[in-house]
Amino acid sequence: MQVISLGPLTPRFSEPKFSGQLLMIKFLLRRIAMIIPTFIGITLLTFSLIHMVPGDPVELIAGERGITPERHAELKADLGLDKPMLVQYANYIRGILHGNLGKSIVTKQPVFREFLTLFPATLELSFFALIFAVILGLPAGIIAGVRRGSFFDHSVMGLSLAGYSMPIFWWGLLLILFFSVFLGWTPVSGRISALFWIDADTGFMLIDTLRSNEKGAFISALRHLILPSIVLGTIPLAVIARMTRSAMLEVLMEDYVRTARAKGLSPFRVIMVHALRNALIPVITVIGLQTGVLLAGAILTETIFAWPGVGKWIVESINRRDYPSVQGGILLISSLIILVNLAVDMLYGVVNPRIRHNK
Amino acid sequence: MKRLKLLMMLCAIAAIALAGVNADAKTCVYCSEGSPEGFNPAFYTAGTTFDASSRPIFDRLVLFELGTTKTIPGLAEKWVISPDGKTYTFYLRKGVKFHTTKNFTPTRDFNADDVVFTFERQRDKNHPYHKVSGGNYEYFVSTGMAALIQNIEKKDDYTVVFHLIRPEAPFIATIAMDFASIFSAEYADKMMKAGTPQEVDLNPVGTGPYVLVQYQKDSTIRYEAHKQYWRGPAKIDKLVYSITPDASVRYAKLKAGECHVMPYPNPADLAQMAKDKDIKLMQMEGLNVGYLAFNTEKKPFDNVKVRQALSMAINKQAIIDAVFQGAGKIAKNPIPPTIWSYNDKVKDYPYDPVAAKKLLAEAGFPNGFETDIWAMPVQRPYNPNARRMAEIIQADWDKIGVKAKIVTYEWGEYLKRSKEGEHQTLLLGWTGDNGDPDNFLAVLLGCEAVGSANRARWCYKPFDDLLKQAKITSDVAERTRLYEKAQVIFKEQAPWVTIAHSVVFKPMRNEVVNFKIDPFGGHVFYGVDIK
Repeated sequence: MQVISLGPLTPRFSEPKFSGQLLMIKFLLRRIAMIIPTFIGITLLTFSLIHMVPGDPVELIAGERGITPERHAELKADLGLDKPMLVQYANYIRGILHGNLGKSIVTKQPVFREFLTLFPATLELSFFALIFAVILGLPAGIIAGVRRGSFFDHSVMGLSLAGYSMPIFWWGLLLILFFSVFLGWTPVSGRISALFWIDADTGFMLIDTLRSNEKGAFISALRHLILPSIVLGTIPLAVIARMTRSAMLEVLMEDYVRTARAKGLSPFRVIMVHALRNALIPVITVIGLQTGVLLAGAILTETIFAWPGVGKWIVESINRRDYPSVQGGILLISSLIILVNLAVDMLYGVVNPRIRHNK
Repeated sequence: MKRLKLLMMLCAIAAIALAGVNADAKTCVYCSEGSPEGFNPAFYTAGTTFDASSRPIFDRLVLFELGTTKTIPGLAEKWVISPDGKTYTFYLRKGVKFHTTKNFTPTRDFNADDVVFTFERQRDKNHPYHKVSGGNYEYFVSTGMAALIQNIEKKDDYTVVFHLIRPEAPFIATIAMDFASIFSAEYADKMMKAGTPQEVDLNPVGTGPYVLVQYQKDSTIRYEAHKQYWRGPAKIDKLVYSITPDASVRYAKLKAGECHVMPYPNPADLAQMAKDKDIKLMQMEGLNVGYLAFNTEKKPFDNVKVRQALSMAINKQAIIDAVFQGAGKIAKNPIPPTIWSYNDKVKDYPYDPVAAKKLLAEAGFPNGFETDIWAMPVQRPYNPNARRMAEIIQADWDKIGVKAKIVTYEWGEYLKRSKEGEHQTLLLGWTGDNGDPDNFLAVLLGCEAVGSANRARWCYKPFDDLLKQAKITSDVAERTRLYEKAQVIFKEQAPWVTIAHSVVFKPMRNEVVNFKIDPFGGHVFYGVDIK
């Protein structure tokens, strides 16, 4: 997913305040206008790709048994797949405009409802994976950047390369075998122990367990988050650490850092206040991109840890040629990624005064 | 030193905090392999769906005795078949209670209205419930029920009569299948009046041993024992399906004590499972057959000698060793040995490349020919690795001069193209639905099935006549004789190379008692206890 560059955000200090607001509104409108063709592109792409993939949902329903051509035609008509492709696409778009993403071919449930059931699990896992990646990746990158060439620097670079190249499936199973089966410290998979019967009111297990007042349920849910968060957060952790290091290296060579040092500021202040703030720009971009990756790309982690999220759902829907679920799922995920990127663009201005003050 | 002590203390605290909670004695956790497509078994054909719906929640008029393919009375105490074989009168069991759930409290016991509702919903296209929830009754249609049942008559509250268009010997076995699970007509009426008919399929009410309490998609299904179950309440109070798609993770959960029973282990893990002192590994021959079908409509496979020669050229034992890793048995008949009428007297073609080459020369192909082998892209109990199997067959045929190219397609495409007869030879298989020989022989090799499940496109009148005769004969001894004869003809004509019947393994923790392997591949927890 490409981050769309921000362009001018807010006016200089000297300009009247309302002019700044106007620019901001103009900027927002422009960004929203750019989203519309993106959406059309997404619907067109997902629709045509999933329909181009060989495979017939009706044959998959019948399996080895096979069905007669008459029954095949009847089922196709029931699913609306007998109409010309253009008509099917037009129906799909009409549905979206009416807020209707259709019903799953397999479960016969509305796609939006299925998404809402599964999305909190993905969001909860992605949130913790990102926290894990940022909490470890940011300091590791900063220290590696400041102590360039040291043993710590080499270790961070080596480990992050290993983390980045790690096959998720292997890594997940390794952690399960060591921590869950051998040591017995963490649960193997799932979101909570089978002994707790928690109602999925919000879908966020931590919140639901707190609301349930069942003793031990919250701790159980938290323990179930540990391994999947580590596995899902490994690649973002590696990316964030490497990006923070290289951004720090670049910023530390800037004139204003030398000036700050010359002024006699403490090394801590030079690094944390003057250097880090500027180094954070590309890091935030990367974090934003990784959020998108986490939301859409947790498929393997969700499969290993039997995590009931949207990634696994979309892949299963592709395998079953469940067209409405694939189209709706990808559209919803894409919308979220676009929103995250928009938020990232906004954040630049907050973090970096140079952007905030430039036209 | 102090630091080391502190670290050790912290580790100990972490270990205590992270230690697992031991399972309650009467909760059974089953690590199922996937999510059900829904909870109305009439709509679907997948075993995963039946495990979560028809097996715990529902009963049928006729049931299969657990662990066998024998039919026993279920919600019907007994039945009488008219001499012409066209009328089936079912006498229903009294005092059977439906589940009480959060949106339904039954006011009456199970009766004839429920039977009529269940079948009429599937049969009558004008029934108010026919189109609810999409309304595709795949099994009802494909087993021929839609064309077979003339009408269903309620004689009194506890007597129902099925009038058939023609005699149908496998009828009792067919209505013991999952799609014929009995729903509550009273619940359906209530939901229709409330304007939410689809609730009947989403939050089902049955008479089965377990009540559905909660379903969290792709995560867990929770059931509680039905205290007023007509066969006596289940010994397990709470049954939890923990949905775990990956076989290695299921095994890790079983080892860690997070689940009691798991299905579909990786063949590579079986040896380790057998050694594990906390786990017992049950096994049973599966009700299935894996085969290679010749497209008998295409040359040279229309020539019986070619089919026989190629059958002789395949080393089946090598396939059992390499593909099934020992967890399979060589198949000589198209039906597995666990099905009645299996003809053990049939002699399989021996593995004999020299004789095969000679026979091929007799058929007019002394230098062999070129062909293809279609290999399925998916794993199935009857064929865990079709690609590997195809490679072995390719090498075997190469020895007699037959050059085969391995072809594969995406699964849906594979099924579609093979149904249309594009292949020359293909690998496929079948798992039985109801334990009746007709469910293998007529479904897969009957003339009517050409263009659907008969991938050999083999329509051989002497064979087909025997099947048709057996289908209208109610005398089991006579049917057995006819099917035995049919198997002899099948072997002579060799439309398939029957390759293997797989062995099904069920790993479970030692504390699980009375678990019986279902020959249909299902997982049934009624009767199971936890020590």
